[in-house]
Amino acid sequence: MFAQELFVGPSVDWFALSPHLVLVGGALLLMVVGSLTPPWPRGLTALSTVMFTAIAAVLSVFIWKDVGSDGPSSIVGGVIAVDRLAVFLTFAILAATALVVLMSDGELRGTDNDGPEIYSLLLVAATGAIVMVGANELIVMFLGLETLSLALYVLAASDRRRSASQESGMKYFILGGLASAFFLYGIALLYGGTRTTSLGEMVTRLQGEVNIGGNDALVLAGIALMLIGFAFKVSAVPFHVWSPDVYQGAPSNITAFMASVGKVAAFGAMLRVLVAALPFYRDDWRPIIWVLAVLSLVVGSLLAVVQTDVKRMLAFSSVSHAGFILVGIEATGWSAGENGMFSSVQSVAVYLGLYSVLVVGSFAVVTVVGRGGDTSLDGFNGLSTRRPTLALALTVFLLAQAGVPFTSGFVAKWGVIQSAVDEGSYWLAVIAMLAAVIAAFLYLRIMVSMWLRPAAESAESVAVPGLSGLAIAVAAIFTLVIGVYPQWVLSMAEGIAAFP
Amino acid sequence: MVAATSTEVAFPLLSMLIVVPVVGALLIAVLSNRRPEYSKLVALLASVGTGALSVWAFVNFDSHSSGFQFTSQHPWIESWGISWHLGIDGISLFLVLLTGVLFPLAIAGIDPHNDDPRRDKPYFAWLLLLEAGVMGSFLSLDLFLFFVFFEIVLVPMYFLIGGWGYEGREYAATKFFLYTMAGSAFMLVSILATVFIARDNGVGKVTFDLIELAEGANFAASTGRWLFFGFAIAFAVKVPIFPLHTWLPDAHTQAPTAGSVVLAGVMLKLGTYGLLRFGLYLFPEASYWSRSLWLTLAVIGIIYGAIAATMQKDLKRLVAYSSVAHLGFIVLGTFAFTSQAVTGSVMQMVNHGVSTGALFLMVGMIYERRHTREISQLKGLQHVAPVFAAAFTVVMLSSIGVPGLNGFVGEYLILIGAFLTARWWVVIAATGVILAALYLLWAYQRVFHGEPDEENSTFAELKIKEGLVLLPFIGVIIFTGVYPKPMLERIEPAVEALIVHVEGRTDFVEPQPAAPVVDTESESHGEEG
Repeated sequence: MFAQELFVGPSVDWFALSPHLVLVGGALLLMVVGSLTPPWPRGLTALSTVMFTAIAAVLSVFIWKDVGSDGPSSIVGGVIAVDRLAVFLTFAILAATALVVLMSDGELRGTDNDGPEIYSLLLVAATGAIVMVGANELIVMFLGLETLSLALYVLAASDRRRSASQESGMKYFILGGLASAFFLYGIALLYGGTRTTSLGEMVTRLQGEVNIGGNDALVLAGIALMLIGFAFKVSAVPFHVWSPDVYQGAPSNITAFMASVGKVAAFGAMLRVLVAALPFYRDDWRPIIWVLAVLSLVVGSLLAVVQTDVKRMLAFSSVSHAGFILVGIEATGWSAGENGMFSSVQSVAVYLGLYSVLVVGSFAVVTVVGRGGDTSLDGFNGLSTRRPTLALALTVFLLAQAGVPFTSGFVAKWGVIQSAVDEGSYWLAVIAMLAAVIAAFLYLRIMVSMWLRPAAESAESVAVPGLSGLAIAVAAIFTLVIGVYPQWVLSMAEGIAAFP
Repeated sequence: MVAATSTEVAFPLLSMLIVVPVVGALLIAVLSNRRPEYSKLVALLASVGTGALSVWAFVNFDSHSSGFQFTSQHPWIESWGISWHLGIDGISLFLVLLTGVLFPLAIAGIDPHNDDPRRDKPYFAWLLLLEAGVMGSFLSLDLFLFFVFFEIVLVPMYFLIGGWGYEGREYAATKFFLYTMAGSAFMLVSILATVFIARDNGVGKVTFDLIELAEGANFAASTGRWLFFGFAIAFAVKVPIFPLHTWLPDAHTQAPTAGSVVLAGVMLKLGTYGLLRFGLYLFPEASYWSRSLWLTLAVIGIIYGAIAATMQKDLKRLVAYSSVAHLGFIVLGTFAFTSQAVTGSVMQMVNHGVSTGALFLMVGMIYERRHTREISQLKGLQHVAPVFAAAFTVVMLSSIGVPGLNGFVGEYLILIGAFLTARWWVVIAATGVILAALYLLWAYQRVFHGEPDEENSTFAELKIKEGLVLLPFIGVIIFTGVYPKPMLERIEPAVEALIVHVEGRTDFVEPQPAAPVVDTESESHGEEG
């Protein structure tokens, strides 16, 4: 009786939660219906999964409009933020998930994984990612992180035919568990220092400052531990060592998912924690981000160049991209906690959105070419004569990753470098651009083998499954269209830095 | 229809110069693979159309105006203050014209030697995209737009060198791409820093517009110098200025003939043009302050390029090193800051494009016949191909700078103009003219004189088609050499305005020569004398 009086459940704005619900519901539905019915015709599972993401996206559009008219808010007792940043990144996650699902169809067909399980897990992982980017409370953020991670551990190990996949899942699981522990410990210390786990609450407490009983040392230690957790999840150097092995071992479509959705979620959460909850500690975390950014840029690009396996190359190049995003986050540090322009938050969000499509496209081509399991660079020799359109698409993605104009990658890079320069981080900007030149060498190496080297006599013909082709085409067209006309994405990202 | 003020035209002329080649390239891309012969036709039509538009711009250009003409400005990326802003003035006019004329010649006159005719398609598509990129760079009046075009030309050129080049093409293409991209890395940061620092120092808003920045920004001297160097590194790689030139001999030697012609003809000019437009115009103080450095590097380039050219065994490499020397002259003139020298530089950009372009073309013809570029393998070609040798002589003499041909006018103006402000550098640079005669004449002697041995005795004479391609080059070489006035009178107003702009922002005062300023008339006297 006593308890009944005390505990009143928070009112829930179900509509603002609807994208999450659709994805979870879709995952459950696929599992249940899939196990009760005879095998579905080709592509139907994938298409129905895409349909769920599409419904979630449409619902997000309405939420986006509501945020536009009502301003940012938080729901379920203030633990989930409904603001532009969350919805923008939700769009990115949904788009990347849909593309991954499309390319998974071709990858899974004919294997004993061809069923609803993988698709369900992808939807669950996407839900976790969406929770992470919208979490306004550290425990909820951790829940999102674990939902995403657990699904990814299974997905990474899902290719039962290859032991590399098992190894990849195992490595990811152990190291990911360690990182989660750091993250959780960080949350605990932050709670110790501020007596709250809510981001909005935290910033007001820190504003009033530590004399209310807060403890500076605990907060600093908490920030450090949380940054380790985030750095691991975004695979920033020196916490990157797991990513090449895991990326290489996991099935290519799952690698695409990790590199896109995984990064968007981790960076989205990191951005929110640093900018929305800890702006008053910016002088403490900014140098850390600076070092992480420089190390990721330089080490990522240099190590990418010496690889001989395309998946490993792209893994290291994604480390270097993480460095670029960190450049943008470093720039937010200059003005975090101040009123006014937050163009750097926008640029980070835009980078994440554009990069996730780009990287899925790149891995989709790698998936198609390396279906036999061979993703070595030599396997790409002469692709331009065997499959000119595929080679052209990969060239578009690679040029975009290198940041060549008229591609979305250029827009993304320009955005973060612009923020860095605007805030006065000149050297960081210069280092980032030079690292981009080193990384360009890597993309040129892949292009050289596609366009300039003859195909091996024994080279198998490359078959492009229809849905994978669709995913690649959509991603390539998106990359080029945004490159020529970026204005609409940029307008969308305006006002993204308003938190509840 | 030409509107009341000639700077306003009824249709977007300058945008068309960029769009027409792009449309051509897209058309080629969607052409059927089974009819490869159409791709050349489409490429030719698109490039001739662009060329015609550039000639139209030349004819309607108001030669008395120093400002930008035919300007068109449309918002592009409003969130970032970026607009599609194009314009043309006396400095860019002839580079645009050169681009417009060079591409159709390269497309019509040089076959890409594809073993598989289907490979014609991408070849012509890349060439057209290259043309669009080069045009865009010369026309842009917005820093972002310029950077975008400056950077995008790497991609088609990379594929042209890599796909249709000679034995070392992979290495050369990659080196070319990375060198230039490394230079641009500094420029990108500099562009952004310029824009944001200018916002707080006189401009008052975020804009990438070149004119607004150049007229409105008021940088502290040390800031301006840092920013200028960011730009200058990119241009120094592109020119290339010693010691950043090492990509050039490789790229030139390995590129297919059309690639070399375009590379020498217009792409290197992106660097020298950039130094004028984004160096002197945007950062007058920093350019003036650092002039000794540039003059010294230019002179080193002139002497070093000439000596290196003398030592080459490969005819194409020799021409490539001669480019290093010639571009040294252009840089020398640019940083001499007198209107004569700068006018000479602009003129020399065009002259070098014409004469070195023609040289590469003819070296390509030699390679086609003999399948070697080794000087030691060639002998006595004059006996078997006298017309070919005669054409080569004219082009070569123009490159040396013999009076009566175009090279002389430019070099003479540079040297006489720079003599007032950079006397000792000119004294050394003038020896470069002698060295040019040395390496070119010596090469000519080894290749064309003597008795042809067995292999060279079957060297085919100039074909009619080849002659038709060479004719415009030789026509320009002689016409400009004898009558440079149409060029000079269009270049001079813009250059003088630039010098006035520099004078207004530095303590530089243009020294007046004892004799009245050399006008175009006494100039042509000068050569006849």
